[in-house]
Amino acid sequence: MSTTSSPVPPSSGRFDADAQGWFGGPEEGWGGRFMPEALIAALDELTEAWTGAMADPAFVGEFEHVLRDYAGLPSPLFHATRLSEQVGCRVLLKREDLNHTGAHKIRNVLGQALLTKRMGKQRVIAETGAGQHGVASATAAAYFGLDCTVYMGAVDTRRQALNVARMHLLGAEVIPVESGSATLKDAINEALRDWVASVDHTAYLFGTAAGPHPFPSMVRDFTRGIGDESRAQCLEQYGVLPDAIAACVGGGSNAIGLFTAFLDDDVAIYGFEPGGEGVDTPRHAATIHAADRGVLHGARTYVLQDADGQTLESHSISAGLDYPGVGPQHAHLAATGRATYLPVTDDEAMSAMALLSRTEGIIPAIETAHAVAGAIRVGERLAVEKGPEATVLISLSGRGDKDMGTAIEYFGLGETKVDLDDDITEEPVG
Amino acid sequence: MSAPTSSTDRTVASAFASARAEGRAALVGYLPAGFPDVQGGIDAMLVMVEAGCDVIEVGLPYSDPVMDGPTIQAAAQQALERGARTDDVLRTVEAVAATGTPTVVMTYWNPVERYGVERFAAGLAAAGGAGLITPDLTPDFAPEWIAAADRHGLDKIFLVAPSSTPARVTMTVRASRGFVYATAVMGVTGARTTTSDLAGPLVARTKQAVAEAGLDLPVGVGLGVGNGDQAAEVASYADAVIVGSAFVRTLLDHPDDRAAGLEALRALTHDLAEGVRRA
Repeated sequence: MSTTSSPVPPSSGRFDADAQGWFGGPEEGWGGRFMPEALIAALDELTEAWTGAMADPAFVGEFEHVLRDYAGLPSPLFHATRLSEQVGCRVLLKREDLNHTGAHKIRNVLGQALLTKRMGKQRVIAETGAGQHGVASATAAAYFGLDCTVYMGAVDTRRQALNVARMHLLGAEVIPVESGSATLKDAINEALRDWVASVDHTAYLFGTAAGPHPFPSMVRDFTRGIGDESRAQCLEQYGVLPDAIAACVGGGSNAIGLFTAFLDDDVAIYGFEPGGEGVDTPRHAATIHAADRGVLHGARTYVLQDADGQTLESHSISAGLDYPGVGPQHAHLAATGRATYLPVTDDEAMSAMALLSRTEGIIPAIETAHAVAGAIRVGERLAVEKGPEATVLISLSGRGDKDMGTAIEYFGLGETKVDLDDDITEEPVG
Repeated sequence: MSAPTSSTDRTVASAFASARAEGRAALVGYLPAGFPDVQGGIDAMLVMVEAGCDVIEVGLPYSDPVMDGPTIQAAAQQALERGARTDDVLRTVEAVAATGTPTVVMTYWNPVERYGVERFAAGLAAAGGAGLITPDLTPDFAPEWIAAADRHGLDKIFLVAPSSTPARVTMTVRASRGFVYATAVMGVTGARTTTSDLAGPLVARTKQAVAEAGLDLPVGVGLGVGNGDQAAEVASYADAVIVGSAFVRTLLDHPDDRAAGLEALRALTHDLAEGVRRA
């Protein structure tokens, strides 16, 4: 395969941040850096190190090497033929679930951990929701010989016990966070507090394309291989660009990683947010769809908040999407209309999880199942408009092993007879 | 609303000037509004005023307080769970400022942005508030707040940290009014057994930046002070000693006996006020 996961230096594309980290400029004002002064020097140091590294062929070469030989990249682009038959057009899956540690997250952490080494720091901290970023961080720390502490909401340590065990086995310290709602946002708060006190020797491996500048842009640069590879693979294997691309969006790292390569193409871009029990209920995390502008974890973006600006607790059946904010570049892409963000409910996601499992033998993460569910809707419409040659490309961001506890409970898989067909059959359209 | 006795009586600058005239540092005391409830918080702050605080910092309880340690977070969370709102914060400011003691609000940025920057500034000024301390808003990201503060004559109290570069100290000093808040430790809020050895050098270079800018801007030191001895030590080189977690802890330690909590608060304030006079 001729494609590579080559990262490129930060570009000056029309959807990029300016030097202060504003997407859409200070007037539109997404992103920025709303952080304690104590951390500004570290963020400046990180910005300088990141921009320097991305312009250094030696760093980029080492990043490519570790992605290829250690993480197993580039991941394949796979034509899901049986699912395609159901949808009525070509459905392509970017198989990030096949990466080492089972998700796209490994790209980001290998980039940030390599940068940590370059900066001469010996300890990394990370926050995690579902545990995928925590596992990836613990993995990268083990690979590079760094000390690793992972903050995880106490609620999430219970629903993702398998990943907690993996982190422990990899040598990381996992600290359950009991404060606030004891989920991802509180884990981020706690990691930031650690960082304020340890910033001279510790790097914060931020897990998504959110937070203060430069994290949204840096995480995008380390994950953009998803889209760069997909674009090249699609052209090489099918001779065309996809009509539409789709990814799930919690904080939005896999989505921005996919979207970046296609921003200047005539390709429809869809992000699917966790609609939980429905966006007309209080139990969801569909931030762009339902939230208001605000500042959370150092960036101005869409934030689920009450009338006084207090962050609301979000809900998703997927721990990895259960975040009341979203990366600021997504806010910018939504505000400019370049990308479309739609909610997918817990039930729709679980149906898609079952469908993909039955049609392709691929058990996706529940996060990813949101993208699958949304992409099926998009694909069915494309099939009507353009026929079976239409192509929808999905970032299959992670595998579902970690979610089997939730799946067992949701589908009643422990029972002797399991009949999922009524729930999952999608009528082909067109 | 009770009108303040005169506009000069309630400025932070006048409180610092009075302290300086007495040859001592000022004592700045913090409590979150709405803790243990709105009236309970007001009562506590009035005790702190009576017992010797020169400036009161009213905290705006926030769901995601990244600069605060467990003590202040617990109090803020309790306030939120009991329904404290931004309007309650302004009500608290009004009650405390009515004593003539300069009263500033310490707040994370999102609640202000949500309330409306102009509306918040107008409301704070109308309540007799003197200004705002913004732990997650630095001057380079604060043009909207700076403009609103200037329109309403409010102080802009920005923070410097041990990790601040000389250029950032200079920028922060030039943008601040009222005083500059020097965070003495690299870490979150919380009383500590020893004071920081980072504070002295930070205050020295901040004062140098103040002098180079030709300003008359006091430097207060916060994060870690919990008793009179520590206050005396910090007062030996800073213009103000800022105390928060120790006050909060005192109230948290008396959950079921308001009167005992207030008496303990009074005793702690006396100890700290004596400390800033001992230096």
